[in-house]
Amino acid sequence: MTASIRTLLGATALCATGLAAAAETTLTIATVNNGDMIRMQGLTEDFTAKHPDIKLDWVTLEENVLRQRVTQDIATKGGQFDVMTIGTYEVPIWAKQGWLEPLTGLSDDYDAGDILPAIAGGLSMDGTLYAAPFYGESSMVMYRKDLMEKAGMEMPEAPTWDDIAKAAEAMTDKDAEIYGICLRGKAGWGENMAFLTAASNSFGARWFDMDWKPQFDTEAWKTTLTTYLDLMNKYGPPGASSNGFNENLALFQSGKCGMWIDATVAASFVTNPNDSSVADKVGFALAPDAGLGKRGNWLWAWTLGIPAGTDAPEAAKTFIEWATSKDYLALVASKEGWANVPPGTRTSLYENPEYLEAAPFAEMTLKSMEAADPTQPTVDPVPYTGVQFVAIPEFQGIGTAVGQQFSAALAGQITADQALQNAQALTEREMKRGGYIK
Amino acid sequence: MARAVKTQRKALNTAIAWGVGLLIFFPILWTILTSFKTEAEAIADPPVWFNFHWTLENYVTVQERSNYFRHFWNSVVISVGSTLIGLIIAVPAAWAMAFVPGKRTKDVLMWMLSTKMLPPVGVLVPLYLIFRNLGLLDTRTGLVFVLTMINLPIIIWMLYTYFREIPSEILEAARMDGASLKEEVIHVLMPMAVPGMASTVLLNIILAWNEAFWTLNLTAAKAAPLTAFIASYSSPEGLFYAKLSAASTMAIAPILIMGWFSQKQLVRGLTFGAVK
Repeated sequence: MTASIRTLLGATALCATGLAAAAETTLTIATVNNGDMIRMQGLTEDFTAKHPDIKLDWVTLEENVLRQRVTQDIATKGGQFDVMTIGTYEVPIWAKQGWLEPLTGLSDDYDAGDILPAIAGGLSMDGTLYAAPFYGESSMVMYRKDLMEKAGMEMPEAPTWDDIAKAAEAMTDKDAEIYGICLRGKAGWGENMAFLTAASNSFGARWFDMDWKPQFDTEAWKTTLTTYLDLMNKYGPPGASSNGFNENLALFQSGKCGMWIDATVAASFVTNPNDSSVADKVGFALAPDAGLGKRGNWLWAWTLGIPAGTDAPEAAKTFIEWATSKDYLALVASKEGWANVPPGTRTSLYENPEYLEAAPFAEMTLKSMEAADPTQPTVDPVPYTGVQFVAIPEFQGIGTAVGQQFSAALAGQITADQALQNAQALTEREMKRGGYIK
Repeated sequence: MARAVKTQRKALNTAIAWGVGLLIFFPILWTILTSFKTEAEAIADPPVWFNFHWTLENYVTVQERSNYFRHFWNSVVISVGSTLIGLIIAVPAAWAMAFVPGKRTKDVLMWMLSTKMLPPVGVLVPLYLIFRNLGLLDTRTGLVFVLTMINLPIIIWMLYTYFREIPSEILEAARMDGASLKEEVIHVLMPMAVPGMASTVLLNIILAWNEAFWTLNLTAAKAAPLTAFIASYSSPEGLFYAKLSAASTMAIAPILIMGWFSQKQLVRGLTFGAVK
């Protein structure tokens, strides 16, 4: 009798263990290697303590590798990931393809209405959110206050391209290896073309007219490219055609750039005294304009989305709610200070006096983000969304090919006119292939 | 006089050999040095060589953030597994081609080699779909299979070259003494080809250890080897060179140590038959 009871108890215990194991859900999260995402991995315990039935497996990859991996997986329905970190470029395209689970039924505490409108607009289709922003960024001017002061100049809060050229000229001292301006020159749709497409908006240029005809043969694009080349040839560092974000960051941090127009996320790097030799000498200004009502800054967000067909959509949604909530921002602040919370996603963060005090670049970041409108990026109407990109699947290929032309012009291998002609020809060819134009 | 010239020449050759050796080793040395620097020192211009604040902080950060041993174990299983299975297939194939060549043996060898000329990305999507349907995505079994197939032409070619250097009369003698085919291969051929086989094994382990295209594309969290571990520290937006160097040093250390201890066998095998 005792033996039977023991056997029965043993079997029950086994079943219970089995059921517990079966009830545990493992989420595989594909993410990008940047400071904010790594910080989130470090705070995993907070999530697992609140949701002991959900286990998290992280796959961290470099941005370009991640993009290729997740695109391949979602397009082939590989099912490798339950939560994917994707950018504002992918979300509208993937949502249209039906590749993403809509983020409906979010809890009231989550307060989806608090997400910055410019960001939420780029992540929604027909009013439904398809990914939640984890951190957002724009671009702005970072400049050396000491060099400006030495030159007897003052940077306006909202400079024009003329102001930038004058400041670059005044700060350049090539003998002392100080270059007035550092800009991206490395070819790529997310490299030099992110900067140049955003800058082109301020000159009234656009990638396509309303009939999807490429517009590189317009005066606006010529002004964009010649302004960029003039600035870089006269006041830029040598070998700029191979400089991307990291190369310019290294130059700026070692005191070799007077100005740098790039992602707002760089503000926290260049003002960090552990890494930057000019940490206490950096000022911020909005990206320049040309008086046409649009500024040359971009808008980007890393977001968390759920691939359609995942085995655990509810657990994935629970995780996304945690990672992109107001509570998460407070959690980061409590552990690492307000200056380290992921910026650029929630309106309430920019109303928080503690955050505004801890992050001197916060106000400029918000203004820069508000100045960009992905649905109306430039002066004239366009048939696409995206400020520094065109949200169509063909853009990665076309953007990089055009970027190679502009990079070659910066390296002096071809003229600006040749680069624009080649860009026009290749974009026309690809758009015909894609069936956008005949 | 002649002796003096000879000594001078020897010294010159030694100096050149050291120069070339150091030049080849320099990127690895720089990676190791950078791994002990702070991020600011890692990008310092002019670069700092040895006079910096040595720190183990990057290694601590890497260890805290990633599960090194899981990636390491995956690398061991994948590289050793694919090499052993490759060897099991390649030894009989190379034996047949070296000792019983047919009319088309040369063509077959060239055809096998030609598969290495195809860019891997060309077959990525079909293979990904096959793996998805077979449930092999993010499994070590799947990676062992793929890496075996990828390195098989090299294993067969190397073994074929070594086997051809062995006089067929010795095998014939063994056969005359009544050895079966299996005994002939295992007890006569393989012991004679040990240096060649050792270098084949070592080279293939190194190739499989360093393979980054398939190991990155076919894995996620469970079967990811050290190549994925390194990739997780690369970033186009943020200067994390010191941490990346620490991760790289941890990833290459095992294979570097293995290569160091087995360099004698490796060189002996690679030069086997080169000088007659």
